[in-house]
Amino acid sequence: MNVVTEEMTGRSERQLGAEAAVLTVRAARTRQRRRLLLVLVPLALALVVAFGLRVLGGDYLISLPDFFRILGGRQIPGASFILMESKLPRAVLGLLVGVAFGTSGAIFQSTLRNPLASPDLLGVSTGASTAAVFGIVVLGISGPALSLAGIIGALATALAIRFIAGSTSGYRLVLVGVTADAALLAVIQYLFTRADEYDAQLALHWMIGSLEAADWQTIAVLVACLAVLLPLVAGTLRARRALELGPDLATALGAGRWSSEFLLLLAVLLIAFGVAAAGPVAFVAFAAGPIARALNAGRTTLVGSALVGAVAMVASDYLGAYAIADVNLPVGVVTGAFGAPFLLWMLAAGRTGRRVS
Amino acid sequence: MRLMAESVTLGYGGRPVVDQVTTGIPDHAVTVIVGPNGCGKSTLLRGMARLLRPTSGQVVLDGKAVHLMHTVQVARTLGLMPQSPVAPEGITVADLVGRGRQPHRGVLSRWSRTDDEAVARALELTGTVDLTDRVVDELSGGQRQRVWVAMTLAQQTDLLLLDEPTTFLDVAHQIELLDLLADLRAGRTILMVLHDLNLAARYADHLIAMRDGVVVAEGAPDEIVTEDLVRSVFGLDCRVVPDPVSNTPLVVPIGRHRGRNPKES
Repeated sequence: MNVVTEEMTGRSERQLGAEAAVLTVRAARTRQRRRLLLVLVPLALALVVAFGLRVLGGDYLISLPDFFRILGGRQIPGASFILMESKLPRAVLGLLVGVAFGTSGAIFQSTLRNPLASPDLLGVSTGASTAAVFGIVVLGISGPALSLAGIIGALATALAIRFIAGSTSGYRLVLVGVTADAALLAVIQYLFTRADEYDAQLALHWMIGSLEAADWQTIAVLVACLAVLLPLVAGTLRARRALELGPDLATALGAGRWSSEFLLLLAVLLIAFGVAAAGPVAFVAFAAGPIARALNAGRTTLVGSALVGAVAMVASDYLGAYAIADVNLPVGVVTGAFGAPFLLWMLAAGRTGRRVS
Repeated sequence: MRLMAESVTLGYGGRPVVDQVTTGIPDHAVTVIVGPNGCGKSTLLRGMARLLRPTSGQVVLDGKAVHLMHTVQVARTLGLMPQSPVAPEGITVADLVGRGRQPHRGVLSRWSRTDDEAVARALELTGTVDLTDRVVDELSGGQRQRVWVAMTLAQQTDLLLLDEPTTFLDVAHQIELLDLLADLRAGRTILMVLHDLNLAARYADHLIAMRDGVVVAEGAPDEIVTEDLVRSVFGLDCRVVPDPVSNTPLVVPIGRHRGRNPKES
């Protein structure tokens, strides 16, 4: 009788322990979710502020009531034109390109498990620029054909890097990518020396990146691309969580053989369409992921990176346009000025390699 | 036996590292692969875990060729802990162990109570419930290995493959981890690669000794660990005596230096 009671208390204690452990696990999960919200909500607010500033502020102020009146279809002489043809498309395009760059960079960095492995440092963006500059200077193409050339350039560069490196993991890919980037920049410089004055202006857009040419048609194309690509990225959550643990565990946890390739392809397309719309805006794809991670206690968050990318684009465009009186800097110059020291800081702080064991 | 190798040849292009190996992993037991560096023991384990596709022969899991099975189906049957895995930066123990649930989740299905229970059970079994909220980077080597084992357990597979799980652990933590794995053997089939022959002899129910890509001997440790075997597999002259604690074979190397003052001994 005694034995039975002991057995029974033993069992119920074990059950209690199990229940407590389940509660501990659930509480940990809730805390993590809250922590992520604490990052995403302020980032979303920052984006609203940057967007508002870009649209309403600057040299030509537009009041909030006027903004909504114009959106509602009212014609206000002067304000309507400036808002609908310049300020609003620039802000919207900046936001969309920032989302594309931020998402793409974070996918590269987390899948390749290396913070240096972002598409703008690995030559993918430069591949798009090279193809476009070649198209302008040598083939004399423009418009949608030029955008297409840029996208093909990015894809071709990514594929070439992938096959020369021989795998989608490890330092080989980073080395091959950085080398490809340097080689392509040399090609661009050579082509640039052969360009006439008009072509050079056009080529510059593909070399530095700016939102000056923002129009609603470009925005519509980019919205359509993101509407296809972003849900596909969201659908890879399971594979992404496994791939973050490295190729061996990814396979062991059931991620398909081509899942990292597929994910990187999506990221290449995101960066390619972004570059086609606004040029290779420096460092946005590279810096968005690490900044979002630093805010999120070191953990990767794609939504966070997308928001950081969008804030960086819109805010940099605002700074470029209005920070220095009478000087209109393209957004790529501003992000370059902030991004280069950031890269140096990352290298100096030793945040570029993974600590083993 | 649920997991078998049938004249499996494995290699990384060119020279085979594992050459036509045929062997079986006994169910509900601990099997340890031993052998000198470069003998192909880790490669064989990777082949068994379908991380490597055989150039000839096949690995059979539950009667089917493993490299023809669906990845998710394999992941629900067979768990793997690779050699010195690296955790993503900033990840918490709860999150890392939760990733073991990936093969059980659909593309859109939400995290369920079953998942929470599996994670909690894995943490309990490995004694890591207290670490749930900690960041993996900040744990000690022994704690970290236990957390990785917990992640593999959360996968809830009957088969568990571990590639040198004791690497980088000090001796006390090696014993702690192996004791944990021995406890887990009930209802599970465990296959691991170990460096230390004496620990292998103590903890293995079944030992597979490899050299130059082939299996030299396999069986219960006290049947196969002999002075001749150690000489032919490791090229080491030794004495084999009963382990005073476990009565399993204990390999004592002979070497050239025997004590500080050979004259007195």
